[in-house]
Amino acid sequence: MPKRIPKSKPKSKPKLEPEVKKKMKSVGIDMKPETRSATFLQMDQDVKAVSSFYSGVEMLSIRQVLEKYEWVEDYFWKAVKRDQDEYTKEVDVEDVNGYFIRALPNAKVEFPVEACLYLRSPKKQKVHNLIIAEENSELNIISGCTSHPGVTSGMHLGISEFYVKKNAKITFTMIHSWEHNIEVRPRSVAIVEDNGVFISNYVLMNPVKLVQMYPTAYLTGEGAKAIFSSIIVALENSVVDAGSRVVLRGKNSSAEILSRTISKGGIIYARGHIVGEAPNTKGHLECRGLMLSDEGVIHAIPELEAKYPNVDLSHEAAIGKIAEEEIFYLMSRGLSRDEATAAIIRGFMDIEIKGLPEYLKREIDKAIEMVEKDLF
Amino acid sequence: MDTLRVVNLGVKVDGKKILEHVNLYVQKGQTYALFGPNGSGKSSLLMTLIGNPAFKVFDGRIMFKGKDVTSLPTDERVKMGMGMSFQTPPKVSGVKLIDVLKYCAKIGGYEEKKIYEFAEMLKMRDFLYRSVNLGFSGGEVKRSELLQLMLMNPEFVMLDEPDSGVDLENMVVIGEAINKLLERDKKEGKRKRSGLIITHQGHILDYVDADYGLILYKGRIACIGNPYDILKQISKNGYEGCLKRCLREFQNLNQNLNQNLNQK
Repeated sequence: MPKRIPKSKPKSKPKLEPEVKKKMKSVGIDMKPETRSATFLQMDQDVKAVSSFYSGVEMLSIRQVLEKYEWVEDYFWKAVKRDQDEYTKEVDVEDVNGYFIRALPNAKVEFPVEACLYLRSPKKQKVHNLIIAEENSELNIISGCTSHPGVTSGMHLGISEFYVKKNAKITFTMIHSWEHNIEVRPRSVAIVEDNGVFISNYVLMNPVKLVQMYPTAYLTGEGAKAIFSSIIVALENSVVDAGSRVVLRGKNSSAEILSRTISKGGIIYARGHIVGEAPNTKGHLECRGLMLSDEGVIHAIPELEAKYPNVDLSHEAAIGKIAEEEIFYLMSRGLSRDEATAAIIRGFMDIEIKGLPEYLKREIDKAIEMVEKDLF
Repeated sequence: MDTLRVVNLGVKVDGKKILEHVNLYVQKGQTYALFGPNGSGKSSLLMTLIGNPAFKVFDGRIMFKGKDVTSLPTDERVKMGMGMSFQTPPKVSGVKLIDVLKYCAKIGGYEEKKIYEFAEMLKMRDFLYRSVNLGFSGGEVKRSELLQLMLMNPEFVMLDEPDSGVDLENMVVIGEAINKLLERDKKEGKRKRSGLIITHQGHILDYVDADYGLILYKGRIACIGNPYDILKQISKNGYEGCLKRCLREFQNLNQNLNQNLNQK
C-alpha cells in the first residue's frame, strides 16, 4: 500500500482568485492535498501546479515526462492517432501541454488524483494527457475541465491516452463546466490488458456551444472490462454529441455503457457502440433520455456490432418526459409538485456504477447538486 | 361527525364517464370494505378522492373534515390527513424509499428514527436504500405502501387491494399494520381513524374487521351492509345476485340500478 509522502506539500502553490477557485470546485477540483493523492493545474498552456503526495503515484506535466523518460515514446500518440482528424493534428504541436499520471506496479491509492484544465483566455487550449496504470495498480482520477467566468469564446482540444495494464484499474471521472461559446473536442482512447478495468464517468450540466467526443476503449486483454457512464444536460443553444465505444478484442472481455441525457432546450446525440470481436464477450448499452422542454432534441444512436459468433450484445434506449403518474405518486406522500419533479430528475441522474470508489461518487453527486438547483 | 362526505360525484377519465352519482359518507372511527366487480370503478374512486389529476371531477364534490377538497392538489389533501396505499404504484428509478419515507414522516409528525422502527415491523429495512418499488415483489410493494402510510399516520386511510398477491405469512404482518393504522386495536368509541379498503377476495377481512361493506357497481354505490354478509352473498350468488337481494330487502335504493339489472 503506497504511503503518503511525509510533510508533502504542493511544490508551488499558485495564488488563485476566489472566482477561479469557485469554478474549479464546481468540477471537483479541491486543491487540498489532504483529500488527494496528487494534483495538477494547467491554465491555457501553462502548468501552474504539479505535485504528488503519495509514493506510487507519479504526476508530471507531459513536457516534463517527455524529457525525463525515453520509454514514454512507446505510449505517446500510440493509442490515439496523430492524424485521426483535424483536431488531433492541431494538438500535435510544440506548445502542447497536459498531464502525465502513472501508478507504479502494485500501487493502489484510494485518494484520487486531481487534474484541472482551465481555459483562462479566449483562445485554443491544446492538451495531451497520458495515464498509465502499471500491473496490479489502482488509480482514481478526477479531471475537471472548465473556463474562466466571462470567457465567452474559445476552444478546448484534449488528447487523452490511457493504458491499463494487467490486473490494473483506472477510474476516470471527468466533470465539465463551460460557457455559451466554447467548443470542446476531447479525443480519448484506452487500451486495457488482461483483467484490467477501465471505468469512465462523464458529467456535463452547464451551457456549452459544442461538445463532440467519442471516447473508445480497446479491451485487448482476456477478461478486461470497461464501464462508461455519462450524465449530460443540454441547455438552450448547447449541442452535445457524445458517445462511448468499446471494442471487445480479448476473450471473456465485457463492456457496459450507460447514459442519462436531459434536454432543456439543447440538442443531444447520445451515441454508443459496442463491437464484439472475441469469444465469449459480453456488452450492454443503455441510454435513457428525458425531455424537459418543448424545444430541443435527444437523438439516441446505440450500435452493436458482432464480428464473432460467440458474443452477447444488447441495448436498451428510452426517451420520454417525466411520467405524470410518478409525480402524482410522490405528491401523495406529501411532496409538492416541484419537489416531486426535482426528486424524479435527481433520481434519473443517479446512475449506480459497480466498482465506483466512494470518493468519486461523492464528487459526482456534489457536481450535480451544485448546479441542479439553478437548472430545474 | 363525517370524516368524508362524497356528494353526487361524477368522474371522467380521458373524456369517458367512469363514476356517476356516487354518494358516500365515512364517519370518524369507522372502516368500510369496498367491493365490486372488475372495472366497476373502485380504484377510480380512491384515485379521485386522493386527487389524481387524470381523474376529472365533472359533477358533485368531495368534502373532507368539513372542507371542500374537490379541487385541491394531492399534496394538500395529504397534509389535511388523507392517505392512500396503491394497488400497483409506479416504480420511481433513482428515488430511494428512505427519501420518500422522510417526507412521509414529516407529514405524520414523526422523528426520523420512527422510520427504522416501522421498517423493522414491516420487514422493509433491507429496502430503504433501493429505488422505490423497483424490483419489489408483490408482497414487498404492499409492505412498502403500508410503511409509507404508517409514517404519514393519516386520519382517513384508503387501501387499494392491500391483500392481493400476498402470501399467508405476509398477510399477518399486513393485517397488523392495517389494524394499527385504523386503530382497530382500540375500543370502538376510542377510534379516530377511518378507512376505506378495496378488497376482491375479502382475505383482509379475516385480519381486519370492517364496520360496513359497500358494493360499487357500474360506477355507483349500490349496496351497503354488513361486510361479512355481503362477502358471503357475493361468493354464493355473484355480484348481481347479491345486488338483487339487496334491492329486495332495501327498497329505498335507486331505481336506475334496478332497471339496469332488469335489462340484462
